[in-house]
Amino acid sequence: MLAVRELALDLDAFEGPFDLLLTLVLKEELDLAEVDVAGIVLAFLERLAENATRPVSPAIHDGSTDTTAAPATSRRADAPELDLDACGEFLVLVSALLELKARGLFPDEEAELADLEPEEAAEELARRLAAYRRMKDAAGWLAERLEAQRDRFFRLGPAPLAPRPEQKLAPQDPAGLAAVLRVLATDPPQLSLAHMALRFPPVSQFLERFRAVLGRRRRFDFDAEVADLPRIDQAVAFLALLELRRSGEITIDQAAPFAPIRVAREETVSDSERTSTWTLRSA
Amino acid sequence: MDAPLRLISSNPLDQLARTVEALLVVASAPLSVEELAIAADDGEERVETALGLLAERYREGRSGIVLERVAGGFAFRASRDAAEACSRLFERPVQRGLSPAALETLAIVAYLGPCSRPEIARIRGVAADSAVAGLVERGLIAEAGREDAGGAVRYRTTPLFERVFGLDSLSELPRLDDLGDSSDEILARLHSVAEQRSA
Repeated sequence: MLAVRELALDLDAFEGPFDLLLTLVLKEELDLAEVDVAGIVLAFLERLAENATRPVSPAIHDGSTDTTAAPATSRRADAPELDLDACGEFLVLVSALLELKARGLFPDEEAELADLEPEEAAEELARRLAAYRRMKDAAGWLAERLEAQRDRFFRLGPAPLAPRPEQKLAPQDPAGLAAVLRVLATDPPQLSLAHMALRFPPVSQFLERFRAVLGRRRRFDFDAEVADLPRIDQAVAFLALLELRRSGEITIDQAAPFAPIRVAREETVSDSERTSTWTLRSA
Repeated sequence: MDAPLRLISSNPLDQLARTVEALLVVASAPLSVEELAIAADDGEERVETALGLLAERYREGRSGIVLERVAGGFAFRASRDAAEACSRLFERPVQRGLSPAALETLAIVAYLGPCSRPEIARIRGVAADSAVAGLVERGLIAEAGREDAGGAVRYRTTPLFERVFGLDSLSELPRLDDLGDSSDEILARLHSVAEQRSA
């Protein structure tokens, strides 16, 4: 008998005896989808043809049972001997392989297909084959198209920038937002613009005021006299004091730096003359 | 559309054609009539007429640059007689080496897209993961959302696909009904094979 299990195979996915292939497939170390089952069949047929041309071997006689012996003997004269045991074993193995492969290719619909009647299953198979066939033809059309467009050169820009991932805010407290808004909503402190519009009182106002004071009293204390006035008025009052000193109407005395300034009336010249002198100068 | 007035020496349509020409030069992807009209600040009908003028000026055999209608818009490309020189200057990684598996996957996405990898695998009978990844890398297909139920990513073809294959739109693909054999024919063939075997 032809040893089916020792059939030497030389396939794309596998090289070695058939027996080893079966072992690897059953251990799931070889993906059956990649195995060309038709290649196995061809290898077996070649082997079968080799054996048939040889003289009848004792193995065939030994393998023949009583039931197969009679027709085999009768055919032996005109047709090449067929090793029925080997063929039977091979058929069983290959059909099992094919079933495994078919299930492997449609893993999800395994159960679904099992429920179908043979006619329905055939229709389903035909439908799927047709769907694949259309896509295969479409792929062929695309391949032709691509070949036809080989001499089309065009400019390719960089791919459009991917949209930036959305920056998500951490959970926020509405009260916190309100608090921040309240801070922002209050008016800022008013800046003082007072220095931009200083109003200087006329020097003459203090000249007259000091003369009036000196008319009542012989001497007075400058600091005490202007203590209630704004700084600008105090400055102008001091100018008036210097003016009176220059015209000789008063004498000024200060014991020490930053000490109170003491003002006394100068008795030599009459008040009216002083006034006219001042008026002339300022004109 | 009315013929442009010949009485006016400086034809405004010619000015528009020059503007459209400039827009097409700076663009790196095909521009639609609408995009051109907005950029040129002019009417779509006038832009189409201007494109007609340009198509005549930039037609195959007349210029080194050819205006073509592709991927739903208009774009310049090199003339075909300059292809050899262009190929010495450039590699074309996008087109190079599309395997039969990649082309089948591309065909399925082009006809049935948006579709998911399991759908592609169901039609082809083998897993489509590497083919899909390769096509995404080449920019010929792109993700287009997910299936509602399973959440599998779905894919569609890109404008680059149309451009590489010189298609104005996917409607230029041959009708699916015209491809392959009908399932009735295949069923009949299956039956005849089965009968031969049982006989």
